[in-house]
Amino acid sequence: MSIVELTALEIVSRVKNKQISAQDVLEAHINQIEAVDGVSGTIGGDNNFEKDKVHSFITKTYDLAKHQASQVDQKIAAGLDPGPMAGVPVTIKDIFCLINTPTTAASRMLANFIAPYTATSIQRWIDAGALIIGKVNLDEFVFGSSNESSAYLPHPRNPWDTSKVPGGSSGGAASAVAAFESPISLGSDTSGSIRLPAAYCGTVGLKPTYGRVSRYGLIAFGSSLDNVGPLSRNVPDAALALSVMAGKDDLDSTSVTLPVPDYLKVIEKDIRGLRIGLSADYLRISVYDQTKGQTIFHDLPEKVKNEVYRTAEILANQGAEIIENVSMPRTKYGIPAYFVISRVEAASNLHRFDGVKYGHRTSSTYHGLTEMYQQSRAEGFGLQPKLRILMGMYVSAAQYSARFYERALKIRTQIRQDFDVAFEKIDLLLTPSTPAPAFEIGGVFGDSIMMQYADQFLVPANHAGLPAISLPSGLDEEGLPLSIHMIANDFREDLLFRAGYTFERSTANEAWRSKKPVVMKGGK
Amino acid sequence: MSPEYEAVIGLETHIQLKTKTKIFCSCRADSWNDAQNSNICPVCSGLPGVLPVLNKKAVEKGVLLAKAMNSDIQPISFFDRKNYFYPDLPKGYQITQYDKPFGVGGYLEFPAANGRLTRVNIAKMHLEEDAGKTKNERGERLIDFNRCGVPLVEMVTQPDIRSANDAADYLTRLRQLLRWVGISDADMEKGQLRCDANVSIRLKGESHLNQKTEIKNVNSIEAVRSAIEAEIERQIREVEAGNRIESWTLEWDDENKSLKKMRSKETEADYRYFKEPDLLPLIIDKIWLSEILADFPEMPLDRRARFISEFGLLEYDAEILSSERRLSEYFIKTANAYKGDLKRVANWLTNDVLRMIKDADADPLSMPLKPDFLAEIITMVDTGTINTTIGKELLVKVQESGIPPASIVEKEGLRLVNDNDMIEKMVDEIIANNPKEVGAYQNGKLGLIGFFVGQLMKQMGGKADAKLAKDLFERKLN
Repeated sequence: MSIVELTALEIVSRVKNKQISAQDVLEAHINQIEAVDGVSGTIGGDNNFEKDKVHSFITKTYDLAKHQASQVDQKIAAGLDPGPMAGVPVTIKDIFCLINTPTTAASRMLANFIAPYTATSIQRWIDAGALIIGKVNLDEFVFGSSNESSAYLPHPRNPWDTSKVPGGSSGGAASAVAAFESPISLGSDTSGSIRLPAAYCGTVGLKPTYGRVSRYGLIAFGSSLDNVGPLSRNVPDAALALSVMAGKDDLDSTSVTLPVPDYLKVIEKDIRGLRIGLSADYLRISVYDQTKGQTIFHDLPEKVKNEVYRTAEILANQGAEIIENVSMPRTKYGIPAYFVISRVEAASNLHRFDGVKYGHRTSSTYHGLTEMYQQSRAEGFGLQPKLRILMGMYVSAAQYSARFYERALKIRTQIRQDFDVAFEKIDLLLTPSTPAPAFEIGGVFGDSIMMQYADQFLVPANHAGLPAISLPSGLDEEGLPLSIHMIANDFREDLLFRAGYTFERSTANEAWRSKKPVVMKGGK
Repeated sequence: MSPEYEAVIGLETHIQLKTKTKIFCSCRADSWNDAQNSNICPVCSGLPGVLPVLNKKAVEKGVLLAKAMNSDIQPISFFDRKNYFYPDLPKGYQITQYDKPFGVGGYLEFPAANGRLTRVNIAKMHLEEDAGKTKNERGERLIDFNRCGVPLVEMVTQPDIRSANDAADYLTRLRQLLRWVGISDADMEKGQLRCDANVSIRLKGESHLNQKTEIKNVNSIEAVRSAIEAEIERQIREVEAGNRIESWTLEWDDENKSLKKMRSKETEADYRYFKEPDLLPLIIDKIWLSEILADFPEMPLDRRARFISEFGLLEYDAEILSSERRLSEYFIKTANAYKGDLKRVANWLTNDVLRMIKDADADPLSMPLKPDFLAEIITMVDTGTINTTIGKELLVKVQESGIPPASIVEKEGLRLVNDNDMIEKMVDEIIANNPKEVGAYQNGKLGLIGFFVGQLMKQMGGKADAKLAKDLFERKLN
């Protein structure tokens, strides 16, 4: 097995045992990136260039990673503890600030922005011995579900089929992990932005409980919905990544003081007696039809539904109790309510990008302050930020707030109530991750509303602040990853890991698990 | 002002709270002496990805203010975002409190001119962050972010004020209170206390509110008084000329003592307030509240009243001695150590010690001239151990040396001489040595008695009892 196929935990153990050096690990991953990634995204880049490559990156930080690797090796040579992530190469969604490094948010607006500080989540990984090899692509300001909305082109492609999207907004994070460019990546999830690309690219994606991981250094989208979490190729690596970055941060008032469990220990426990719920409200597709003024329901594709039932059966065989017909009646309102709340917060969070202090300022002539604002923002923001600002300002305007924003907040409370009731009789809710596997590049792009509905099974956990995980469960007839999704009660990431790891072990010998993404054919 | 009109005035104040650090980051709150943009960090300069962390000390100062203003302190309140674009507002929104602020209601009651007790009710009181400063120079707009994030309380009165003088008195009392409780240094020139005034007029007896104007940029209490006076006069002129008062924002030009129109307010701005998701609700529970209020002092106006009723001071002295908290405490400590009429303490304080306090520019209670020493000096004068002149010199000597007054009196032999035989002998000598003055005195120039007493004092180093000496001279010369 080549070095890049090792899990993070295997890397840590081998580096600590001096079987390989951190520098060897790094070199293997750099070689892998150079073989499969192709050109990094740039502003004005050609999206049709190197269509068989992954294009995960915006900024590679090999020098930083080399420095970190030599530090790890020195510590080991000196008999010091190099940390629980020693020698693990990681990639960072380019929405997190990393000191002295471009932090672009995949937007023209921040193309020239060099962060003067480091996000808490990254810092904790660095302190644990991780090697930061680069900042990866995303939908501009995380606004999207396919990664096609990036101002940095070419945008990432799905490593399993490069004509398909990797999902978004943490598209580069998912493609990097799936294409063995890094075993772990740091993502953010406001309505599924970790879990959806994880599902499309066949990786694990974890959205922790709101407050479990500090948001300090994450450029905000919807502050009350934003979460920081890992993408990885298996559950133990996700547990490792979370255990290092979770916990109170004095720089984020909404981070909680609750102690962080030893996830790597609890993960080993079996799932006997664990109550796993299935809900019909999550086994159909609901889309609001504007012309009819009502929600229309569609059947889920059989292959998507089957993955849920198949998983339930596997978990039942391991001792879990399956509870069907859990009622989650407000699920269908998840996307509409999210549309409103996230846009209000987004419009406000984007106010600071005004061309005054940093970021893009127009180079055309302007008369007065207002024109400077208008031209700078018109040039700096792409379509999605503009749409979200417009809608956010509209639904929070004095005359509309009660009709939209305040109503959406009430729905959000009701969605949380659905879970509160459900968690009295279940421990986990098992659902599909997405209504369908990864779609064609260009297939949905341009339809902002349909794009959003790809998140419909994922967004309720953001409304409710609950932890949730997306796990690969197979490959479909086209060779595209299939996945399942589980939601737990507040701070019960341990249950997600236990059930996820049980599922992983129970399916370890299934044929799809030994298949590699198509881009690997060109790799080493 | 014509007698038939009355002014209706509301004041909007911004009070910088006296904390070590800013309200949402750990930058110093005070950057008065700092170079532009040198006291900033990623949080207060609004970099992407940063989050606010509430400074508890700012809440505590706010609570002290709410208590001092008789407001209801809310056990739970919320922060909101007020969204608007301005270059000195780096996040593009101000973190403030909107519909659920930490303080509700309240009032300030004070004696206005001619002794009327005036009550001004508080309409709004909330915590928020200050913005930066903007200035225009050589056609460029320059921004200084140092002030961003300085903790503020915005406090708005009801339109309860009826004259420019009452408005000035309100501010004077507010400033006194802010310093008294240590909430703010309240220096208007430094912008620590800022005031905008909303002014309208109506006919006396009417109860509705007419169109108001807003006066901004007034940075002294005198300027507030002058600006409001000018605006009342302007509005009366307009109304009498048959013109409508328009919703203007005016600026006070202190150099030319005149109002300038800044802008017409067409519509209310929509700030699209919503709850700040980056901060938790502000919980002020009973335990914290009682900790904050544990050392809450007697209020200046209550103390002033007590100085009159309990200490027997005149209103004038009571006002001076309750003007500042440490001065009032100095007075109380001296009064407690003194056994006589407290008016005497007040006189010594206001006539002599107050000047020394000002010269020392220090906390009165840490001066070498301790309250006990002052009481001792006054008592020595009362009992005739020393005379008033020596007493006053003694104040200075104690202040300079810190040595107890009794020791100085002993060491320098300042006690009044009580040896009558010796004094009489000296009186006789002076009479014998000054025949010319004796003749003049006896021919009716009685003012010369001072000359004789002066001669005696000179020879005795000031230690004679002046009254006794005067009696002796008069007896011998008449």
